[in-house]
Amino acid sequence: MPSGLFLDYVDPWVNWTWLSTHIPLFVSAVEQHLTLTVIAVGGGLAISIPLGIAAHRWRSLRNPVLAFFDVVYTIPSLALFALLVPYTGLGVVTAEIGLIGYTVLILVRNLLVGLESVPPDVLDAADGMGYRPLARLFRVELPLALPAIFAGVRIATVTTIGLVTITALIGLGGLGQLIERGLIENFHTPLVVATVLSIALALVADLLLVGAQRLAVPWSRGAAS
Amino acid sequence: MVARGSFVSVISLVVQWFSDPAHWSGPDGIPQRLIEHVQISAESVAIGAVIALPIGIALGHYGRFGNVAINISNVGRALPSFGVLVIAFQVLGLGNLPILVALVALAIPPMVTNSYVGLSEVDPDVKEAARGMGYREVAQLLRVELPLAVPLVMAGIRTSAVQVVATATLAALIAGGGFGRYIIDGFAQQDYTKLAAGAVLVAALAMATELSLSALERVLVPRGIRLQRAPVARRVTTFKTA
Repeated sequence: MPSGLFLDYVDPWVNWTWLSTHIPLFVSAVEQHLTLTVIAVGGGLAISIPLGIAAHRWRSLRNPVLAFFDVVYTIPSLALFALLVPYTGLGVVTAEIGLIGYTVLILVRNLLVGLESVPPDVLDAADGMGYRPLARLFRVELPLALPAIFAGVRIATVTTIGLVTITALIGLGGLGQLIERGLIENFHTPLVVATVLSIALALVADLLLVGAQRLAVPWSRGAAS
Repeated sequence: MVARGSFVSVISLVVQWFSDPAHWSGPDGIPQRLIEHVQISAESVAIGAVIALPIGIALGHYGRFGNVAINISNVGRALPSFGVLVIAFQVLGLGNLPILVALVALAIPPMVTNSYVGLSEVDPDVKEAARGMGYREVAQLLRVELPLAVPLVMAGIRTSAVQVVATATLAALIAGGGFGRYIIDGFAQQDYTKLAAGAVLVAALAMATELSLSALERVLVPRGIRLQRAPVARRVTTFKTA
């Protein structure tokens, strides 16, 4: 390990020789990073689609649901993990409760924006054509809300990829582990490479989702905000 | 491994921690940690605002580079705050400077995007009317466009501030102060009570930031456009870095 063996040793930002012999370390970190992200966004969708539909159908649910997840979203992730550790321990459960909780706000909010922006004329036309409420929801309202839902998935995915690094403090972290290692060992290579990989992962995931959206919803222009 | 406890015993330990006078004085006391946390956060948001707001406002006013203004938030979301802090620490060494630099970098994107959107969405008819009434460009910007954009500009500042307060918690990892100290030290010493107390303090500070800036926003929004608040709220960028 390059750490002060020679007084004039200067740690380069990226030590390519070290990097070339430690590729598997980065591969497994990326794997863990992606697994944690997929569970967070998938779990978030599994909760937020029924919850969003329910909040749209029963208006009195809308504000309490948004307010609750707004509060969760405001809690800093490190604090949330710290509060959960005595009950759920160090590990995946603690990390995913936090990460899923954060994605739910983004996804529910976008789903509601999508459903609420369906023009009333379209709903009238669907009713006039004899759609029952459930069929109207699945065949008219949800397809029209897809662009907003996709925008939510993009934001949730990019946000989660950034947040996963923080789970290094509860024993996971994906690429965050290597950032932590760089900090502890005062060694630049894992720190810099893991940070760059995390940014790249987020941007590539975002581009892939834009591509998926073009295929699934060709009429939307892929705007996310 | 941190000791596991029942819900009630954890709460009573945390309550005991808070009622211990030793935790309310000295360099590791709650008042001192609060000052550190608020100070570095306020400085970061202020410096970030001085950089970001003129850019966002100018881009929105002239309606140029909209893609850049929108996408900067996406890039900001992609930045892992943990990595950014540690890199700043390795470049700049110990002290408040690396924390400040990292927090300013994370504070800028939401403010650019929200102020851009706020300014660019001012009704063109309103701008034309202002011109017709004889407003010069600067007066039109300051007295017509900015007041109409206040809800989104303020929402951008609030989003940044809440995220900076959250990210400042991580500063304890690179030897910074603030409430993050209790969490990081609690983990290191396997002192669960300290950990939970720190988590409560951090969460409360983030909430307080959100609520006080929402209140400020309500005061600053011109009376004439308060009715439009609901649609504004849903256009606001969600942003979470820590």
